[in-house]
Amino acid sequence: MDLGKIFLLALLVNNIVVMRFIALCSYIGMTSDLGQSLGMGYAVTFVTVLATAATWPIYHYVLVPLNLTFLQILIFILVIASLVQLVEFYLKKNVPGLYTAMGIYLPLITTNCAILAVTFENISFKYNFIQSIAYSVGVSLGYLLAMVLLAGIRERIKTSPVPKFLQGTPILFMATALIGVAFMGFAGLVK
Amino acid sequence: MKKLYSIFKQGIIFENPLLMLMIGLCSAIAVTSNVSNGIGMGLAMTFVLLFSEIIISLFRKLIPSMIRIPIFIIVIAAFTTIVDLVMKAYFPDLSKSMGVFIPLIVVNCIIMGRVEAFASKQNLPSVIADALGMGLGYTWVLIGLAAVRELLGNGTLAGIQIMPASYQPILFFILPPGGFFVFSLFISFNLWLKKRMEVSARNKELAAKKEAA
Repeated sequence: MDLGKIFLLALLVNNIVVMRFIALCSYIGMTSDLGQSLGMGYAVTFVTVLATAATWPIYHYVLVPLNLTFLQILIFILVIASLVQLVEFYLKKNVPGLYTAMGIYLPLITTNCAILAVTFENISFKYNFIQSIAYSVGVSLGYLLAMVLLAGIRERIKTSPVPKFLQGTPILFMATALIGVAFMGFAGLVK
Repeated sequence: MKKLYSIFKQGIIFENPLLMLMIGLCSAIAVTSNVSNGIGMGLAMTFVLLFSEIIISLFRKLIPSMIRIPIFIIVIAAFTTIVDLVMKAYFPDLSKSMGVFIPLIVVNCIIMGRVEAFASKQNLPSVIADALGMGLGYTWVLIGLAAVRELLGNGTLAGIQIMPASYQPILFFILPPGGFFVFSLFISFNLWLKKRMEVSARNKELAAKKEAA
């Protein structure tokens, strides 16, 4: 499969949030403010690509030769958790500008399902290294897109007359359902 | 006993992890396009929650608080691996249709949240009550969501034809947007139920006070 196709499928057709329901906690919790959702989106993109670059070689060059593939879940989560820590230290010391932009979101994303899901799927879809990177970029930009979309809609919801039984969180899911209907229009995009 | 029951009760409606606390949502909407997936996911999740809470409650005095989070993650990951392997061995179809969501139990915020907020501070009996209550709260929502979606979207329940053959399935409910739609109505219903129960509890209290006076 060529890279462009993998990227578009991950970004739009199978958008990780609105079509596949992964990473919903942060999607609902972090979108009350546009700036916040952008920061979270950047941080997730950054870490997802890094995590893919770290876990793919570990799986194929360490776990497979040693016959330890059943430890996949345990190893991957530890690798991602320590990677996030290291990135945080590095950014704080060397790239303070980037750290202020997304630093506070880094500890939060250790348990972001999107990152872990991408690393598992790279293995189970049998992608090679380059394809895995393309897939992780597509998925995480799809996450960023969904975050920004909902953050924008929430700004409008604040000043709109919402039916009483939908006030609060129900209206967010209702809006997401409508975004999902719109995203289904991308289904024929990639043949 | 009464205390245990009240802990158990919390998770089902008042602090329902999905509908009130809004955590652990991913798996809940994703696997509920049919009832058997919902039951399978609910049981898997309850199993991991129960055993992680038990282990952490037993060792809570030995775990140094500085490194508690990594320890919690390792315990949870171990039980998730058990569930994943058991599912793959004995229920291959179910495991395939749930795909990545079984390994994702490890980062399910419900488990991490309960372990951190509850199991690391409480003794064994209340921890078991809490895990079962939360697990049941999670499972009933999953089964409820799945029942609505499968019945309307496919005309079946757990694969058995329920609706008459002339029923035209509303495909919307099986598709991803339908999941969000039904979930939104479930939250709305639970909020209404909670408010009603609170009002009736307050009325009872007032009546008791009046009688006493």
